[in-house]
Amino acid sequence: MGSARETSVASDTFAKLLREHAVRRGDRPAFRHKDFGLWQTWTWAQVYNETRASAAGLIGLGLDRGHTMAIAGANRPKLYWSMTAAQMIGAIPAPFYADSVADELATLLEHAEASVVIAQDQEQVDKILSTRDRLPRVRHILYDEPRGLGDYDEPGLHALAAVMAKGRAALVDAIASADLDRRIDAGKGSDPSVILYTSGTTGRSKGVVLSGERSIVAARSTVAFDRLTERDEVLAYLPLAWVGDHYLNYAQGYVAGFCMACPESADTAAGDLREIGPTFHFAPPRVFEALLTGVEIRMEDAGAVKKWLYRRFMEVAKRWGERIANGEKVPFSARLAYGLGDLLIYAPLKNALGFSRIRVAYTAGEAIGADLFAFYRSIGLNLKQLYGQTEAFLYVTAQADRAVRSDAVGPPAPDVYVRIASDGEVQFKSPGMFVGYFREDDKTREALTEDGYVKTGDAGFFEADGQLKIVDRAKDVGRLVNGQLFPPKYIENKLKFFPNIREAVAIGDGREFVTAMINIELASVGNWAERNNVSYASYQELAAHPRVTEMIGAHVDAVNHALSREPMMAAAQIRRFLILPKELDADDGELTRTQKVRRRFIAERYAPLIDGLYNGAEEASIAAEITYEDGRKGKLVGASRIVDTPPYPKAPEARAA
Amino acid sequence: MTEAADAILLAVENVSLSFGGVRAISDVSFDIRKGEIRAIIGPNGAGKTSMLNVVNGFYHPQEGRITYRGRTRSRMKPHDAAEQGVARTFQNVALFKGMTTLDNIMTGRSLKMKRGLIWQALRHGPALAEEIEHRRVCEEIIDFLEIEHIRKVPVGALPYGLQKRVEFGRALAMEPTLLLLDEPMAGMNLEEKEDMSRFVVEANRQRGATIALIEHDIGVVMDLSDRVLVLEYGRKIADGVPEVVKADPKVIDAYLGLGH
Repeated sequence: MGSARETSVASDTFAKLLREHAVRRGDRPAFRHKDFGLWQTWTWAQVYNETRASAAGLIGLGLDRGHTMAIAGANRPKLYWSMTAAQMIGAIPAPFYADSVADELATLLEHAEASVVIAQDQEQVDKILSTRDRLPRVRHILYDEPRGLGDYDEPGLHALAAVMAKGRAALVDAIASADLDRRIDAGKGSDPSVILYTSGTTGRSKGVVLSGERSIVAARSTVAFDRLTERDEVLAYLPLAWVGDHYLNYAQGYVAGFCMACPESADTAAGDLREIGPTFHFAPPRVFEALLTGVEIRMEDAGAVKKWLYRRFMEVAKRWGERIANGEKVPFSARLAYGLGDLLIYAPLKNALGFSRIRVAYTAGEAIGADLFAFYRSIGLNLKQLYGQTEAFLYVTAQADRAVRSDAVGPPAPDVYVRIASDGEVQFKSPGMFVGYFREDDKTREALTEDGYVKTGDAGFFEADGQLKIVDRAKDVGRLVNGQLFPPKYIENKLKFFPNIREAVAIGDGREFVTAMINIELASVGNWAERNNVSYASYQELAAHPRVTEMIGAHVDAVNHALSREPMMAAAQIRRFLILPKELDADDGELTRTQKVRRRFIAERYAPLIDGLYNGAEEASIAAEITYEDGRKGKLVGASRIVDTPPYPKAPEARAA
Repeated sequence: MTEAADAILLAVENVSLSFGGVRAISDVSFDIRKGEIRAIIGPNGAGKTSMLNVVNGFYHPQEGRITYRGRTRSRMKPHDAAEQGVARTFQNVALFKGMTTLDNIMTGRSLKMKRGLIWQALRHGPALAEEIEHRRVCEEIIDFLEIEHIRKVPVGALPYGLQKRVEFGRALAMEPTLLLLDEPMAGMNLEEKEDMSRFVVEANRQRGATIALIEHDIGVVMDLSDRVLVLEYGRKIADGVPEVVKADPKVIDAYLGLGH
């Protein structure tokens, strides 16, 4: 079913694509949602009707061409449909992260000039109502889940279902129906199709405006690249506001005509994944890491026979799995052993993870550990890497099947031009490239080169095989006092590949030597503590335990050893480190919503600890303000022991690892 | 308030209960109005749980009368009480530990099953249609209590706070007229208490259950309840709206005083 071939060129907006699917594959499943414990399915024809009802309802509320309509919530069919409904009208949908705090959300709603907000539930509605005095433009708030909202009496607050019912009733009238058809036809591919706010790694979020035409062209080329068809299926669990969800699920789904399954809730996503068994899947490295940690913890507790089988066959997989996956020639005995392993371990394991039917899986966003990557590849998961940006509408580079490696992100994706500027910055031109930042023309100009390439802000270089390797954010790459190159992320990633380390912050720019602040991973260190009779009551207490310090010290030592073998990096070994008394958290502004460390902010907040790292102290203490989940603030007072780690001598004869 | 909402659902008159020589409840009278949240508080051993046991027919008082929905009785068995719409949860969670969350909540529907055992075992025809209907009710409760993620998990493997929630779900599955909650928030952290309070209020407002609850957290009691009954050594020492009870010197001495 070559859907790329079937799709006509006329569809240059998502609304038109939807209409086309309703005709061509009207009875194929388009959306699923688990509700009341059962998977409910909607066909493309039904989705088209529901979306039209939603569009007509929104017209009734005064939403019109050029207006922005915000969406705050999790992956639910009605929220996706309202996105397309806005696009039918010519309004611009702008999805926001459901977990952003009220103040953050209000700032973005203000910036987006949203007149209508689609909110998932009481939680989102409450957030908006609490800041409503700042949001004079927001005239209507529509909610999907009515629970708890029964006795709210707020102007402009409606149930989304009620608005859709009104729309449905209005569409009975032939004139209204024809008017909606006219609006769909009037939509131009060059119109703004969506505004996606960036996660704000480097300061305030910017609204990236994408056009329908460019989005669809980009999605078509990757749908062809990975041979996606209407028979594929995905679990749409990534944040609605993130380019990854909008591209991989929404845009590719609407282009290829495949089915998007929405999980019951964020807590059930892992179980829902098993039930749906998607064929195309994306997860950031940290998710794959958490899954592997979970598997390993369970294997620790398994019986002796199971444990032995697992160890035995994971060795077979490690030795032969990737080579078999890459289609290399391997001895018959290896194939036999791998086949047996597949029967006993790999296939059941993939099934337990919900990966049985996956044809193509991607990971991106952060560097992935070689061992972690190899684990999934070796049990037969076609896991690949891509490198992308919101400004590119995701894909800049992507690995092709059978040309996969863990330490690079692949050659340029189809029809994408990538070049490395003289200062090492990666720049690109792509079919899905953004139109501009919403209401920030100066920022748009800053992001583009004179000849129209987008500056990514990432430093990288091409390897001999044409794959791009990203080292760090260009502006984060610093130097020690002695001129030694210092890419903090590179060092942090090496630390984070240890399952016991959740987060790491390397410091060194303009300093004498490199130091690190570390967050332990509570799941795996906690499990270790349980098995070793180490008792603890909180993260803080466990982090301060001498045996934990010792364990992390060994990891730092191993990283130093690896660094000493790289000529470029030998002088960037970690001389001193400490374990942070508090977990870095997005609610405290220490991480972005996509869980990336905010370097500058951390440097300010934890200044007393950093001073301790450089003034030779053996302990440093801090008082940090923390925010509880209900928004109240508290103070955290903690102290950290500082540990010296002697560096290894430079090993000039060794090849770069 | 309308007259109907003000109607007395349950009246307890001059009830006394003793076990051998120990007097657990002496001469207590109070009532529960339709649609209210009624709290029973008091120090340990004040007779709160005994009072709930009297209300749902588990204990039979030696003296006094109980009038429920206009019918006065002196003796009633727990299953009669259940059939008449009285559901309860227990101080120490009483669930089937080996069964899943869903199955535990389904047991709350057993009194509503019309078809006999054989029909149900066959899972056919009208029994199947009936089971589907019961399952739908249970799923609504699962959705209401936000426990989708533990639907298929054996209850014994769940943390205490979630077990309490499942037990509450089972009581709700009976679609009770009167819901008796024995320390629904004991041993919970602040966040769990906030969640549970929300569920109690919503069960009352939206599902129309009249609620009598025993609770030690005075903050929760004062926030949630319409009227508070205070017991000490089996005697009623105060009864009224939270503001009045809170200011009553006898209550402060007997109970709140302990916290000061």
